[in-house]
Amino acid sequence: MTTITRTLATAAALCLAVLAAPLAAQDASPSAGFYDALKGKKIGFVPIAMGFNETQAWRTAMERQAAALGYEVVVRDPNWSIEAGIQAINSLIEEKPDVLIIENIDNRSYNRLVQKAVAAGILTVQTQQRSEVVSDAYMGPDWNEMGRNAVDGIVQLCGAGSGKNGKVAIIQGALTAPASLLQMQGITEALKAHPEITIVSNQAADWDATKAYQIASTVLKQEPDICGIAGFWDVADAGIASAVKEAGLQGKVAVITSGSGARESACDKITAGDFAFYTSYNTAGQGRDLNAIIRTLLQTRPAPGSKPFDLVSPLIRITKDTMTPSSCWTLDELKQIGG
Amino acid sequence: MSRSRSKISQARIVFGIAVVAFAAFSILVPGFLSAGNVSRLLQNVSILGILAMGMALSIIGRGIDLSMVASMAVSVAWMLAEMNAGASFAHAFGFALLFSIAVGLINGVLIAYVEVPPIFATLAMGSAIYGFGRVFLLASDVNYLPDHWQWLNALATAAPLGVPVSVICFAAVCGVGHLFLRRAREGRYIYMMGDNPQAARITGVPLRLMIVAQYVLTSLVALVAGLLMAAIVATMNTRIVGSTYVYDIILVAVLGGISLSGGRGGAASVIVGTLLIGILLNGMTMMNLGYTTQNVIKALILLAALTIDSVVNPRDEQTSQQGDI
Repeated sequence: MTTITRTLATAAALCLAVLAAPLAAQDASPSAGFYDALKGKKIGFVPIAMGFNETQAWRTAMERQAAALGYEVVVRDPNWSIEAGIQAINSLIEEKPDVLIIENIDNRSYNRLVQKAVAAGILTVQTQQRSEVVSDAYMGPDWNEMGRNAVDGIVQLCGAGSGKNGKVAIIQGALTAPASLLQMQGITEALKAHPEITIVSNQAADWDATKAYQIASTVLKQEPDICGIAGFWDVADAGIASAVKEAGLQGKVAVITSGSGARESACDKITAGDFAFYTSYNTAGQGRDLNAIIRTLLQTRPAPGSKPFDLVSPLIRITKDTMTPSSCWTLDELKQIGG
Repeated sequence: MSRSRSKISQARIVFGIAVVAFAAFSILVPGFLSAGNVSRLLQNVSILGILAMGMALSIIGRGIDLSMVASMAVSVAWMLAEMNAGASFAHAFGFALLFSIAVGLINGVLIAYVEVPPIFATLAMGSAIYGFGRVFLLASDVNYLPDHWQWLNALATAAPLGVPVSVICFAAVCGVGHLFLRRAREGRYIYMMGDNPQAARITGVPLRLMIVAQYVLTSLVALVAGLLMAAIVATMNTRIVGSTYVYDIILVAVLGGISLSGGRGGAASVIVGTLLIGILLNGMTMMNLGYTTQNVIKALILLAALTIDSVVNPRDEQTSQQGDI
């Protein structure tokens, strides 16, 4: 070995030693208690139903983190039934999970159960629709904001400056659900500033695509010169898009909608021209939020119900022009990358 | 059989109510009477009408099929899932066809040979079909029509000569149903089974085989309706299984005068019931009435039709049957 290479080798070794020194001096990252706080824990999850984008995404994200950190996620699927949901939550409370995650079906049905879970010393999280009862965390969109977003879409496509007549129909979800109720409030509030918009029809399709199709097609016959139809959930609003297409009005009647941001129900339909304006609460991001809530609660272990907080889902607006390859997500991607 | 011979049958009463409702909406709601809206009105209820024709087949034969919606949703959703996975149309459709035949066979065997009452057998089958579908066949509740099959959507929403394809399908199903019930020997058997199963058996009707055939037919009609539904909306959401849709179907059939005790009514009953529901739904939607209000009015009209029928055609020893509900 020549002198030069020996000098270089020594210099390199010194550099490495200098760089490595602070790492060696530190404790292991993350902090010592992190893994222990999560290992072997049990998370209970009661969705509205397991078979749709939102809940599948959350479950995928949660199970991925659970596998990585060595805890368990127990899912009880009530499949849209309030009675089955009540039973599922009751049985989970008996089993005493460390964290119980409940997706409310409306703002009342599970109130007493949330209270019961909190009283039983279980850290309780409500997702997507918040009931009036306080628990440890809420994760989901601000539905008023969703409504205001829809109005932005309506105004952009049908309001002053668009050259359109401002006639809009609204097709809500289920009238008793906060997701519908609060969104409608947000729309009504925001529309006060836009007298050029007239609501020609306002009906509920009960989150159902066939019903949404029937209402939309009837409205289109009655008001063929309508400018836009705003729905409250992309899965149901596929029915509105079908009605518009069938009437030969695609491109003339704008469909404004919102939802999980799943590729096949959002971006694919925006590309196809079915939806003109889409507000996504990005369920992939929500999965990550849920995981953050689980990690936080299990590490900090507050007394249940003592320090409630909300993680409000940031909204993404998607139109044909603003869409990027990362605007939407798929379940397969989530399985690989998590939330 | 006396009710179908009486001068003022339930079908006529309901037809009368439908005419009155139609006239009222024509006056009250601007745009209701337009040709476009009338064809829309028919189109929106044609799937319900097709399902009601299938339900009529089982009810006339003194049965009922509460698993119809589950059979429709799961077979068609499975077809869409297979298509999304890259299967050819024939392949995917073949699966759906076999699935609905299997459902009909199981229903029929349970009812005809195991002698489980139809209402329980099909109620349980409905849950079993949905559960089986969700666990083994379908990854998700909502299944979309794949992009390269969008021509199915175009076909289903076409309107040759101004008549929507779904209305043509409804007319065809009712036409075939009518011919089958009135002209085919097996169709007459169904009335005999409904009127008096024991007597039918003594006169040589192959009762058990006919019951199996009846449920297979009902399941196949459900498949037709499901295909149309999926093609029109471009999706199939299996959540429909948990909805009250099956009661709407029974409502349409019963409304038109198909007695739940069997042996009465026919394709005309289905058409009349479908028309009335179609007129009401369309008119009330145009009047911008809420969903709950619509349900209340629908229920009141059904009660009115049944009350009028009960007054005009009172039940007595001669008209009531063994097993009347």
